[in-house]
Amino acid sequence: MSSVVTREFDVVVVGAGGAGLRAALELAASGHNVAVISKVFPTRSHTVSAQGGISAALGNVQPDDWRWHFYDTVNGGDYLVDQNAAEYMCRVAPQAVIELEHMGLPFSRLEDGKIYQRPFGGHTSHFGGQPVNRACAAADRTGHAMLHTLFQKNLQAKTNFYSEWFALDIVKSKTGDVAGVTALCIQTGETVFFKARATVFATGGAGRIFSATTNALINTGDGLGMALRAGFPVQDMEFWQFHPTGIAEAGCLITEGARGEGGYLLNKNGERFMERYAPHLKDLSCRDVVSRASMIEIREGRGAGPNGDHVLLKLDHLGTDVIEKRLPGIRELSITFAGVDPMKDPIPVVPTCHYMMGGIPTNIDGQALTVDNSNHDQLIAGLYAAGEAACVSVHGANRLGTNSLLDLVVFGRAVGITLTNQLAEGLAMPEVEDSAIEQALVRVNRWNNSTDGGNDPETIRLAMRKIMQEDFGVFREENAMQSGLAKLKKLHADLQNATLKDKSNVFNTARIECLELDNLMDVALATAASAANRKESRGAHSRFDYTERDDKNWWKHTVYFADDKFAFRPVNMQPTHVDVIPLQARAE
Amino acid sequence: MSENNIMQVEIYRFDPELDKKPRMQDYQVDLNKVPGKMLLDVMMYIKDHQDDTLTFRRSCREGVCGSDGVNINGKNGLACITQLVDLPKKVILRPLPALPVIRDLVVDMAQFYNQYEKTEPYLQNNEELPTKERLQSPEDRAKLDGLYECILCACCTTACPSFWWNPDKFLGPAALLQASRFIQDSRDTHTQERLEKLSDPFSLFRCQGIMNCVSVCPKGLNPTKAIGAIRNMMIALEA
Repeated sequence: MSSVVTREFDVVVVGAGGAGLRAALELAASGHNVAVISKVFPTRSHTVSAQGGISAALGNVQPDDWRWHFYDTVNGGDYLVDQNAAEYMCRVAPQAVIELEHMGLPFSRLEDGKIYQRPFGGHTSHFGGQPVNRACAAADRTGHAMLHTLFQKNLQAKTNFYSEWFALDIVKSKTGDVAGVTALCIQTGETVFFKARATVFATGGAGRIFSATTNALINTGDGLGMALRAGFPVQDMEFWQFHPTGIAEAGCLITEGARGEGGYLLNKNGERFMERYAPHLKDLSCRDVVSRASMIEIREGRGAGPNGDHVLLKLDHLGTDVIEKRLPGIRELSITFAGVDPMKDPIPVVPTCHYMMGGIPTNIDGQALTVDNSNHDQLIAGLYAAGEAACVSVHGANRLGTNSLLDLVVFGRAVGITLTNQLAEGLAMPEVEDSAIEQALVRVNRWNNSTDGGNDPETIRLAMRKIMQEDFGVFREENAMQSGLAKLKKLHADLQNATLKDKSNVFNTARIECLELDNLMDVALATAASAANRKESRGAHSRFDYTERDDKNWWKHTVYFADDKFAFRPVNMQPTHVDVIPLQARAE
Repeated sequence: MSENNIMQVEIYRFDPELDKKPRMQDYQVDLNKVPGKMLLDVMMYIKDHQDDTLTFRRSCREGVCGSDGVNINGKNGLACITQLVDLPKKVILRPLPALPVIRDLVVDMAQFYNQYEKTEPYLQNNEELPTKERLQSPEDRAKLDGLYECILCACCTTACPSFWWNPDKFLGPAALLQASRFIQDSRDTHTQERLEKLSDPFSLFRCQGIMNCVSVCPKGLNPTKAIGAIRNMMIALEA
């Protein structure tokens, strides 16, 4: 008999950012017994940092159409986007955003009282025409407004929150299905098996694998680590978005909405260099395009600052009124972290790791997938994923700005709807053997029992982040990636013999950081192996040695398993309410 | 040169498994080695390189998630947006006052969250939903500015003597700011009920206008003003 306490729920949601809270709300509001496990109090989740907006073709400023949004998403993703998924997301977007307004999200407003919308990179009308105002915004604090609104509605719906609980590992049923997770109460050190008919991973991204990132300290890829260790795959992990405007050195994000409102980038000569790289959309081109341009400016000696290591974001010409009304948050960040008031001087910015396009592969209902030996998709019974942790794939090789908040809401909602239906039809409570629960505690026990004299986790973490930064950044090439991958494998081995010095049971954050490092390392290895494997340039994956997109060999999703095994999935070309966008050169 | 750049950090320590009572512990940090220019960077440097048992909360490290409220040389603030250049070379860090300490700089926020939840912090509207968004004029929306941006860091509430005295009955500035955020929202139809629920002698009226909340709010918000606006609405309601 296992000594581990078991708690049973209809659904366990891991993660309390936008995706987890939206899924939980759908389920709790329909009367199901839902537990949300989050390693931080819900409003500390990284969704809170999102600034610029959430896209939906509401057409509040000028005519818009979800089909144009769909085209922008597919084209921006460099044709690696699954078109059935992008279609679903863009078609549902207006309804999903209206629902948020009804929940109370304090959107900024236009003169006629409708939701305020601003332009953003890669959003166009008429299939690649002029920029269109599609990003629905609450000033430049849209993520904060969304996260708090969703949390508040979950309070009203009486969702069960397990705040400051850390999910450890997946527990499998007798039949190999996902039966829940083991989790650690951070405050007391107690471990519990959260057993459920369905488990939803909404654990967010993992930007902390890089030295420089806009991501919060908590973005450590916990769901991906758990999935990989359970033998499930991750998809398209070579595609990481570098945001063109992270504050130099600090890493904090300056929203693309700043360029949407009319800001632009300058090199050290004061030249608006995006006019040269992208004459049509200029500073409102896709993020991968702008980040590459900035990096080329810096590499070719036109970077600003004493070390020539950044470019400049000019906003002062927008005037105090626009900055105060539309961009108050980024002004605050800029003054605090760059010592620059954007009303007077340009902000020093540099491309900075921002978003993980890859994740746990799912279908458009949010159910997780694996690939069998004959290369066929197989649903993973009991496991669902949504948000940045998932790869549906609506972002393909490069995500459009504002499509992340949309992804969270649309697919968090979709998982909720799917599970509400499945629970109504009768979803069985899995049967679990004690040995399976014990198995999901092996990792935490390893850390708890680690003896002094082993490797230092912090040294490993710093080395890992440095390798990812240097060898898997905006531009990549074979030799650096192979050497980086070899070094990572060595670090992974070192990590198995690392020591946790603090053995306290009470709010032991050193232990949490070690458990997070296991997950970061798994994500870093998946990223490095997938990046070295893909011998072409597409979207955010840009190689010096394979500079062109190669549709003949690489128009497919990478599926990676922790034992370094690869599989591939075709890109979906079957939207049902709109004409397919044929494979073609990416329109600039 | 390095001598000038040593910061002495004295930190409140308490691990209930090891310590019978709290103690203060000294750390010497060479700021030249700290990557970053905020107080949180120093705290993380200590944890990463000197003492992994030092315990505090942190998440966004940019002042929007509200995790790392601490008492810095006697004043509450967020470690991640407190500039090192603005601090003296000796810094004393204590947990936020008025809440039970779990370990070191981590306090039990349950009482704070309870008071927040008592205000029913969610939009309530009984009217039939339109198929599109509810309309709200820019002027009505502007009434929410200065209210909705709260990050629930608890710096204000734990700096408030009225909360220290009646933490169970007085809602505290953060919760009252949230109450105001929904009272002021033109889309909320429960204004009167919300005002009535605040009309007892404690929930709101224990605010003595001391304004500690205003002086510590890391987001520059003004709970005292929000509380005053609620009072005015109550008077208008009675008149």
